[in-house]
Amino acid sequence: MRRALWILAVLLSHWRRHPMQLATLLIGLISATALWSGVQALNQQARIAYDRAAATFGGSRTAMLVSRDSATFPQQLFVDLRRAGWQVSPMLEGRVQIDGRSFRLLGVEPVTLPSEVGTAPAVGRGTLQAFVTPPGEMLVAPETLRDLARKEGERPQANGMSLPPLRVQAELAPGALVVDIGIAQDILKLPGQVSRLLVGKSKTPHATLDSVAGDKLHLVEPSAESDLERLTDSFHLNLTAFGLLSFFVGLFIVNSAIGLAFEQRLPMLRTLRACGVSARMLNTVLVIELVSLALVAGLIGLVCGYFIAAALLPDVAASLRGLYGAQIPGQLSLKPVWWFAGIAISILGALAAAAASLAKAIRMPVLATAQPQAWQQAQRRWLMFQSAAALAVFAAAAVLIQFGDSLIAGFAVLAALMLGAALILPMVLQIALAIGQRSARAPVGIWFWADSRQQLSGLSLALMALLLALAVNVGVGTMVDSFSRTFLVWLDGRLAADVYVSAASDAQARQIKAWLRDRPEVEAILPGGRADTQFGGAPIEVLGLPDHSTYRDNWPLLESAANAWIRLRPGDTCLVSEQLSRRMKLAIGDHIELPAPGGNWPLEIVGIYADYGNPKGQIAVNFAALTRHFPQTPLTRIGLRVAPDKIAPLITALQEKFGLDDRNVADQATMKRESKRVFNRTFSVTAALNAFTLGVAGIALLTSLLTLANSRLPQLAPLWAIGLTRRRLAALELLKTMAVALITALFALPLGLLVAWCLLAIVNVKAFGWRLPFHVFPLQLIELLAVAMAAALCAAALPVARLARMQPATLIRTFVNER
Amino acid sequence: MLRGVDLTVATGESVALTGESGSGKSTLLHLIAGLDAADSGEIALAEIIVSGLNDAGRAELRRDRLGLVFQQFNLIPSLTVADNLVFQSRIAGRHDATWHDELVERLGLKNLLRRYPEQLSGGQQQRVAIGRALAPKPLLLLADEPTGNLDEDTADEVLHLARDLVVRTGCGFLMVTHSARLAATLDRQVTLHAGVVA
Repeated sequence: MRRALWILAVLLSHWRRHPMQLATLLIGLISATALWSGVQALNQQARIAYDRAAATFGGSRTAMLVSRDSATFPQQLFVDLRRAGWQVSPMLEGRVQIDGRSFRLLGVEPVTLPSEVGTAPAVGRGTLQAFVTPPGEMLVAPETLRDLARKEGERPQANGMSLPPLRVQAELAPGALVVDIGIAQDILKLPGQVSRLLVGKSKTPHATLDSVAGDKLHLVEPSAESDLERLTDSFHLNLTAFGLLSFFVGLFIVNSAIGLAFEQRLPMLRTLRACGVSARMLNTVLVIELVSLALVAGLIGLVCGYFIAAALLPDVAASLRGLYGAQIPGQLSLKPVWWFAGIAISILGALAAAAASLAKAIRMPVLATAQPQAWQQAQRRWLMFQSAAALAVFAAAAVLIQFGDSLIAGFAVLAALMLGAALILPMVLQIALAIGQRSARAPVGIWFWADSRQQLSGLSLALMALLLALAVNVGVGTMVDSFSRTFLVWLDGRLAADVYVSAASDAQARQIKAWLRDRPEVEAILPGGRADTQFGGAPIEVLGLPDHSTYRDNWPLLESAANAWIRLRPGDTCLVSEQLSRRMKLAIGDHIELPAPGGNWPLEIVGIYADYGNPKGQIAVNFAALTRHFPQTPLTRIGLRVAPDKIAPLITALQEKFGLDDRNVADQATMKRESKRVFNRTFSVTAALNAFTLGVAGIALLTSLLTLANSRLPQLAPLWAIGLTRRRLAALELLKTMAVALITALFALPLGLLVAWCLLAIVNVKAFGWRLPFHVFPLQLIELLAVAMAAALCAAALPVARLARMQPATLIRTFVNER
Repeated sequence: MLRGVDLTVATGESVALTGESGSGKSTLLHLIAGLDAADSGEIALAEIIVSGLNDAGRAELRRDRLGLVFQQFNLIPSLTVADNLVFQSRIAGRHDATWHDELVERLGLKNLLRRYPEQLSGGQQQRVAIGRALAPKPLLLLADEPTGNLDEDTADEVLHLARDLVVRTGCGFLMVTHSARLAATLDRQVTLHAGVVA
């Protein structure tokens, strides 16, 4: 033990003498752990929220009975099934508008609620009486109470009636209002109707479903994954991919630091072996040293990761809310497993990054002497091997593009492209520098290119990190900008009305419409409505569009049958959203059966439209037809066409007359501004992670240059001795770094565009269900090129400045043989 | 490289191993030290058959029974002189404070203990290397061109010190050297020629 400690002390003494190298190693490990753990913390936080949502009285994690052909069914089936021995509990679900905002209303029957409904609040264990007897209670999450701007005990209005007093139940998912089923039936005006029956785990025998309910109901088995989890999988996969990329970039730094430290410590390791330290003991202590450093770095990285996650959480929550309607609390709460996983990933990452060096140490012969020629040949062989591996990885990517048909395959293509590009980069640089060397005439010029080539092996890992970071930046930047451009055009079409009004109730909507009809500045009143139903086993929205030129002229159709808008009028045709058409493989001319309260509604598809940002599938039908088939649809949304100079006075008049606030009435510009704000926020996490990755790559380059700087002296000192000034040498060194960084950046641009294409044509289609047009933004590319060069300049500045100011004595020492 | 070499170094004896470049001097030294393994033949150190040991056994032998001094000094650059001096004796579990103090005194390292190798001259570094090698009181001190990087006066001084300490510890001393002048100062001289004892 004491022997091992002595050896450990000797190994650690290297870091004391080379603090910059230690800092490099720790920075690499800390960045890798911090970014990875930060992203994992965000994912974990979101999953906790999904669990909470799923546990709200039986999401998809509880088995349930649903109607085969309509959104609701008679309560009598519940009574019949209970009598037949089924442990079922009824539930009615719908939406209510409170102060112009839509909330999910859940009616439950607390006495029969199965105990395995997860972490659902124990309704009634003390307050059952208050919950079920009028006026009852409306349970809400603390976040919902805040959203409603109400206090406990208050009774908001909806559908022309007072809702039960509000009571906070912390375990509930935000956005849900839970009441007794009888009260829900009154509020939703669905007497004697239920949406589904939750099925408890019954140990007693019961009659078959068919014998009790005929073919009216069917059993939906519980799913391990909630709807929200399924929907948001792609978002989290995106985040994880970024986290993983940052992690690998961080490991590049670690690998570079450990590799260099190993090279520098080689004589020390040989001396230790010569002094009688066995190979096994030496390697054991090397691993102990590495694990100790990884432990320290892992702990610091975890703390940094926590702060990164806390900083990004509001944007992630906004993204998830904007994209999927998922409610994520703004407070981070982490499980112990996150801390252990973070430490483990730091240790595993360090061991992986050090694997090559450790393997070399194991095989290290005690008597090996410096063999630069053999080393160079080994490097050349390695370069050839790396390039061959790159070509194989590119071939795998091509096969995946051709035959892969899943989100995972899309990410695999991206990973393969990036890995292949990183592997082939040293060869690309070698070729470019060799061409430069061949074209050089002046002796210093020839040295410049030749020395750059020699330096490549030490820099290639950092340059790979820079390549990956730049390519991801170009790729994601192009994707976001392509999306932004498409989104803005689409938004112009979708938000064609000049003013949008959201009434507090149907009655108020009727009053508003009556008042508006007498206003001469109102050119058109466009009523709107939205109903929810199930289609193809997933929830979808049914949108009612009035028959008006505003929609005919502006609504963004991707594909349509002839006279689609005219054919929409009778109510037997529909338009479907792009994501629904892709998911259900629906095409123009197809016929579908849409479950509606009065029975299935047969529709023919006459158009497909873009519906960016909507996690649910959507079907658009004629507004009048919607109100016929879904009579309970709230009719509170109204669009108005108004002369531009009359918009502001009309909004003021509406607000004064009906007591509406900014949330209930807004002009087109405000709506667009808000949509753009949500859009930008959605991608702000991506932008932040992009910046982090580029920053880490910059650090990788800086640390590689710093660690290389000392070993560069034997190459530079002879030039200084024959008359090149230190300043000129420093300038040449700077130029060399900039040259290789420029070649890398130029290589990163086409790679980044390829990444963007993959994101737009493969990943987005699989993840979100929409395909966006591919645009190239030359200005953005130039900007990134400039950022890359600035990063290289910053990274090279410190070692170059040191060289410019280096004392002649330091350079002379290179020639002194006494050491 | 070596063919039929038969060489014995007695306790307390100092032997110079000479020969032209490529004659196998250093190879022989490396084989004795267990740094390399011979294809055939036998090397014994006291009762231990070096050639029969595996890698771990040879490492143990170097740690506990041998002292090695190289032309390039091979000190650990990140350790101070004091730490370099005690390193081998500590890991061998054979640290003797009195002997250590005597070594420091006789090698003239008292004022250099807190310095790092890079802050020492070549002669000073070699004195530290000799101190490190003799600190665990080895059975045999092996030196490969220990004065090859030193000027004549410093070489004489270092070798004189090494011989004194070898006599003081009573260990054997086998030194590879090119210098006939230095070889002549030791008890016996063995010359290798093309892998055989001339």
